[in-house]
Amino acid sequence: MAMTMRKGLARGIAAARRRISNSREVEKERSEVKPTNLFSAINQALHIALETDPRAYVFGEDVRFGGVFRCTTGLADRFGKARVFNTPLCEQGIAGFAIGLAAMGNRAIAEIQFADYIYPAFDQIVNEAAKYRYRSGNQFNCGGLTIRTPYGAVGHGGHYHSQSPEAFFCHVPGLKVVIPRSPRQAKGLLLSSIRDPNPVVFFEPKWLYRLAVEDVPEHDYMLPLSEAEVIRPGSDITLVGWGAQLSIMEQACENASKDGISCELIDLRTLIPWDKETVEASVKKTGRLLISHEAPLTGGFGAEISAAIAEHCFLRLEAPVARICGLDTPFPLVYEPFYMPTKNKILDAIKATVNY
Amino acid sequence: MPSLSKICSSFCFLSLLPRSRSRAPNPQAMAALRRFSSPAILPLRRFAASCPFSATAGDDQAVMTVETSVPFTGHRIDTPSRSVETTPKELLSFFREMSLMRRMEIAADSLYKAKLIRGFCHLYDGQEAVAVGMEAAITKKDAIITAYRDHCIFLGRGGKLIEAFSELMGRRAGCSKGKGGSMHFYRREAEFYGGHGIVGAQIPLGCGIALGQKYSKEETVTFTMYGDGAANQGQLFEALNMSALWDLPVILVCENNHYGMGTAEWRAAKSPAYYKRGDYVPGLKVDGMDALAVKQACKFAKEHVLKNGPMILEMDTYRYHGHSMSDPGSSYRTRDEISGIRQERDPIERIRKLILSHEISTANELKDIEKEVRKEVDAAIAQAKECPMPDSSELFANIYVKGLGVKDQAP
Ligand SMILES: Cc1ncc(C[n+]2csc(CCOP(=O)(O)OP(=O)(O)O)c2C)c(N)n1
Ligand SMILES: [Mg+2]
Repeated sequence: MAMTMRKGLARGIAAARRRISNSREVEKERSEVKPTNLFSAINQALHIALETDPRAYVFGEDVRFGGVFRCTTGLADRFGKARVFNTPLCEQGIAGFAIGLAAMGNRAIAEIQFADYIYPAFDQIVNEAAKYRYRSGNQFNCGGLTIRTPYGAVGHGGHYHSQSPEAFFCHVPGLKVVIPRSPRQAKGLLLSSIRDPNPVVFFEPKWLYRLAVEDVPEHDYMLPLSEAEVIRPGSDITLVGWGAQLSIMEQACENASKDGISCELIDLRTLIPWDKETVEASVKKTGRLLISHEAPLTGGFGAEISAAIAEHCFLRLEAPVARICGLDTPFPLVYEPFYMPTKNKILDAIKATVNY
Repeated sequence: MPSLSKICSSFCFLSLLPRSRSRAPNPQAMAALRRFSSPAILPLRRFAASCPFSATAGDDQAVMTVETSVPFTGHRIDTPSRSVETTPKELLSFFREMSLMRRMEIAADSLYKAKLIRGFCHLYDGQEAVAVGMEAAITKKDAIITAYRDHCIFLGRGGKLIEAFSELMGRRAGCSKGKGGSMHFYRREAEFYGGHGIVGAQIPLGCGIALGQKYSKEETVTFTMYGDGAANQGQLFEALNMSALWDLPVILVCENNHYGMGTAEWRAAKSPAYYKRGDYVPGLKVDGMDALAVKQACKFAKEHVLKNGPMILEMDTYRYHGHSMSDPGSSYRTRDEISGIRQERDPIERIRKLILSHEISTANELKDIEKEVRKEVDAAIAQAKECPMPDSSELFANIYVKGLGVKDQAP
C-alpha cells in the first residue's frame, strides 16, 4: 500500500513538476530539496512561520510535546514554551483564545487534535472568527488565525477518528478552507494560510502524514490560495478533488488511460473561495466532470462544484456531473472500504460518464 | 523514538509526550499519587460491635465491617463513615469480577497487537474498583453513562464477555452489533447509555438522562462518568449549573486517573481538586482503588442526589495501560510510578489481602478463581472469533428508521 501510494504520488508529482517547470510557485533553485514526509513538511512550515514572525504562536492539546502526529516536534525547544504551548482539553477554548490572540494582531496557529473534535469549536469558528471583520465594519478581524486539523480515513479509525468535515466550513463566508495533497503542497499552502490576512481552516490528510514522501524545498516558500492546480492534463473528462483523495483519483486516471480515456485531474487546494475559472476552463474543454471526496455525498462540497458547473457550462456538458464520494452513512468502523470512494468506483464512473 | 515508530507503523496515533529530557514529573503530584498507600495497613474491624463477624468462612452472608483505606474528603458536605459493611460473599465477588475485568483488558491488548481489534481501544485495568464498587451500591435501574474507556463498565452492568469481545472485533454478536467497536459499548436493558467518543460530550447527556428520571419519579439516578482531562471541558460546568438549578438526581463521577492522554492533571488543571470544582455542587473525594470506599461513596451519593440534587464524586484512580493502544504509557510518567501504584494500591490485591486476612478463602482458592477467569476469557475469545461480521446491509441500517439510507444509496 505504502509503496503503491508513494509510487503513484511520486509519478504524479514528477509529472506535475514537469508541467509547472515554468511555474512561479516554487523557486526551486533557492535551496536544497529533500525527500520529506507530510508531517515533517508541516513541521518545517511551522518552524519557518515561528522563525519569520515573532508574533506567531502554536498551541493545542499536547502540541508542546510534538502532538499526536508529531507535527509540532521540536518547536517548543526551539521557540520556547511561551510561543509553543499546551492547552487543556477544551476545543471551544482553543478556538476562542486563538481568535482573541489573532484579534490583537498576532498569528495564532491552533491545532485541533482530530477534525472529528472540531465540533465543540464550531460555534467559535463560524460565529466569531468568520464574521468578526464583517460585523465590526472592518474595525476588528482575526486574520492571523489558522486552525490546523488532521482529517480523513486511515483504514481503521472508526467513527471519531476518520471524518472529513470540510463542507461545514465551506458554508461560511469569511473563512478560507485549504487542504493539501502532498508534503510539498502542505508546506507551501500552510505558510500561505498562516500569512493570509483571513482566518483559515487547514485540513491535513492524516493518512498521508507518513505515507506520502516527496522532495520538499527546505527554504521558505508559499503556494497561492484560491488557485487550483491541473496536476494531470487530459481531454476527455475533468476530475476534481482535494487532499488524500487525489492519489486515489490519480490511480483511476492511470487505469483509465489504459482504456484510452484521457483524464484531466485538478487539485482544488482551496475549497473556499474556490478557483471556478480553472475548473470551468477544464470542463469547457473536456465536456465532462467527475468530483470525488471522502466526506458523505449529500451536502458535500462536490455538490457546490457540481451546481456551479451546471450553471456555467450547461451547454458544454456532454454528460451529467458525476460525484464519487463517501456514502451517506456515519463513518463506519467495519466496512470502511465500502464507504470509501475507491479507485474502482471512480474508474467505473469515468467510463460511464465518457460513454454516456 | 524507535520503539514508538515500531508500534505505530502505518496509521500512527503517536503517543506524545514529554520524554525524559523534558520536565520531570512534578514531585508533589507524584507524592500525591502514592498518598493512599498500602492496603495492608488498613485497620480491619473484623469484629465490629454492631455485627459480630463470628461466622466461619462458610457463612458467606455474615456482615462484617471494614474501614476504608483513607477518609473521604468532602466539599460542602459531611462525609460518610469510613466503616463499610460488606460480606465474605461480596468480597469474593469483587475479587472475581475485578479479576475478570483485568483479564479481559489484558486479552484485548493481545488481540489488538494481533490486529484482531482495529480502530481505537482504551483499556481500564487499574480502575476496576470504580466499576465494581459503583455497581455494588446501585441497581440496574439506575443509569450509567461514560466515555470511551467503557469495556469494564459494560461488564459491570451485566454485559457478557462474548458480547464484549465480539464488539471489540467488530462481530455480529457484539453489544452494538459490531458497529461501535471498543469506544461504543451499550446495554439498553441495564440502563447503560454507553460509550462516547467526544471527550466531555457525555456529561450534559447524562444530566439529561437524570432530567428524564426526575420526571419518571422512579427514584433512580444517573452516574455520569468523565475523566480528569474531560473535567476541563466547558460542557461540564454548563451541565453542573443546570443540574443544580433543577435538582437533578445525577452523580458526576470524575475518574481521576491523573492523566488525560499524555498530560498530567497539574499541567492542564489550575485546581486538580476535581471534587471541589462544582463550587456550589457538593463533592466527595474517594479512593478509587478501594472498591469498598467506592461502594460507600456511591450509596451515600445516590441517597443525597435523590433528595438534594447533583453531587460530584472524584475517584482517585490509575490506569496501568497507556492512554490507547499506540501509547506505551511510559514516556510521560515513570515506570517507578506505575509499579509503585501496582504494589501499594492495586484494587485486586487490596481485596485479595482482605479475603486472606479474614480467612474467607485461601491463597490457592483465589488462584483457582483467577484460573477460571482466564479460561472464561479464552473461551469467549474463541467464540467471538467464530462469530461472523455484521451483514453488509448494516452499513446502511440504523441511520434512520425504515432504513432510508439503503434506498438512497441504491445504484
Ligand atoms: C472533544 C475531544 N477532544 C479530544 C479528544 C482526544 N482525546 C481522547 S481521550 C483524551 C484524553 C481524555 O482524558 P481523560 O478525560 O482524563 O480520560 P482518560 O482517558 O484518562 O480516561 C483526548 C484528548 C476527543 N476524543 N474528544
Ligand atoms: Mg484521565
